[in-house]
Amino acid sequence: MVFRSTTDRIVDYLITTLLILVGVTALLPLVNTLAISLSDKAAVSGGMVGLWPVGFNLDAYGFILRDDKFWRAFGVSVLRVLLGGALNFVLTVMTAFPLSRSTRAFPARDLFMWLFVFGMILNVGIVPWYLTVSGYGLLDSIWALVLPGAVPIWSVILLMNFFRSIPKELDEAARIDGATPWQLLWSIYLPTSLPALATITLFSIVGHWNSFFDGLILMNNPDNYPLQTYIQQLVIADRPALHGGQAALMAQISNNTLNAAKLFVAMIPILLIYPLLQRYFVRGIMLGAVKE
Amino acid sequence: MFKDSERRAYYVMILPGLALMVAFTFVPLAYSVIAFQKFNPALGVQGSPWVGLDNILYMFSLRDARQVFFNTIFIATMKMIVVLVAAVAFALLLNEVRFLRIRRSIQTMVYLPHFLSWVILAGILRTILARDGLVNDFLAIFGIGPIYFLGQPNIFPWVIIFSDVWKEFGFEAIVYLAALTSIDPTLYEVAELDGANRVQKMRYISIPGIAPVIVLVACLSIGNVLNAGFDQIFNLYSPIVYSTGDIIDTYVYRIGLIQGQYSLGTAVGLFKTVVALILIGVSYWAAGKFANYRIF
Repeated sequence: MVFRSTTDRIVDYLITTLLILVGVTALLPLVNTLAISLSDKAAVSGGMVGLWPVGFNLDAYGFILRDDKFWRAFGVSVLRVLLGGALNFVLTVMTAFPLSRSTRAFPARDLFMWLFVFGMILNVGIVPWYLTVSGYGLLDSIWALVLPGAVPIWSVILLMNFFRSIPKELDEAARIDGATPWQLLWSIYLPTSLPALATITLFSIVGHWNSFFDGLILMNNPDNYPLQTYIQQLVIADRPALHGGQAALMAQISNNTLNAAKLFVAMIPILLIYPLLQRYFVRGIMLGAVKE
Repeated sequence: MFKDSERRAYYVMILPGLALMVAFTFVPLAYSVIAFQKFNPALGVQGSPWVGLDNILYMFSLRDARQVFFNTIFIATMKMIVVLVAAVAFALLLNEVRFLRIRRSIQTMVYLPHFLSWVILAGILRTILARDGLVNDFLAIFGIGPIYFLGQPNIFPWVIIFSDVWKEFGFEAIVYLAALTSIDPTLYEVAELDGANRVQKMRYISIPGIAPVIVLVACLSIGNVLNAGFDQIFNLYSPIVYSTGDIIDTYVYRIGLIQGQYSLGTAVGLFKTVVALILIGVSYWAAGKFANYRIF
């Protein structure tokens, strides 16, 4: 190792300290929310809560536990994650596999590829999209939340690139033994693609858990809102205007503790799978760059 | 024969995905013809009267619409620039941190907001940016404020830009970090032997090493110039800041779905779709030409 001067080492410490500060700052808003959710209402409305709870109590969480509406929305979200995630998985695999074949094996491959890429970059306006989905009679149905995004094309491309990077020898050997494309996919491609499959699954779980807008416009009955839409309506849409009257302001403040707790509970599933997310999302970004 | 049955299997596999894409992307595209109608839901597409380019021309005559286009491009462009600069700076500095464990911990902290929805983050931002919130408490130490971050038109776009930096800079840095680790370490060793200091190594080795990735990211972001971030703005804005904070997507939502001006909303959306398609074409062309990138 090359000799390192004292200045050099001081600069090292400065950079490290700076970056730790940046990292901590990125988390402070979340810590503040958690602290508010655990604090006494009076302390919160007095603007006294910073990064540590004042007048620690779990009232807000107790209230959420007994809040049927919250759990109904939570249930809708869980359902859409399970149903939507499964649909995304099956359709991504079934779409990516033919597209990963050579044009010799699947002559229409290039045509389909262009169609899907065109579909991906085509950003259709929200009005005709809404009219279409409501025209199918999907309003207020769970299918409205899972069918429109059932084929995540970016995941298809990612998985297709991964399939193409798998050595052809395995494929050819199985083919000589008379394996059909379904058997190839099932017994060779899927088992060798587990990291890519984990990545696309996490993409769709996070995507489904986090989306609120489809729930807002496609569900007329608030009972059918997924959790993010429910929270959006409660925490954001219902707030009185910033310069609203004093009475409105007081009512809003007394809700801050509860709202903070709701925000935090909605974060918990993401926090639970965060170690996986970090590992596979990073890998996914790199996989997206894998080329023939 | 085997070849035919193989092809048939591929068609069968791709069919469900294709059908869904047609149903939820191409059918809405066809539905966009209502941009050229005076669409009435009771009459349907077939019964509604055709008005030619009236809606498009009307859109261009609206001062709101022009302002909204400007806001969109301004916010989207500034986001790209500031996020890119922050991500590159962060990656370069993180690359200087020698202890792997500290490096990982820092990454764990800065990636987290990327995975949270704008609903959650907006809820948090509204709390910390409130008059008695964390940020104003902090500024008060220096005798500044209180500032109404979400209620002042001249400040609001910057709140949007910098809160997007908060959410995305760490995650965007991943590609630069990967490019930095793929630089040949002997380059640094040789430079050290020649007496290069830290800044010189960064200037002559690290930055040129990640330049191709920077060019690629810049090229690909051309396609996003009209995407200023619906979810984020929708959850943070209010009528007070429409003058600087309203963007195409939020505007289309309000006039199209809330006010029920289906044809006008569709016309504005269609205009965006067409321009975005051209921009994405340009961005892929530029990425291919300047960064040798192919999407598949």
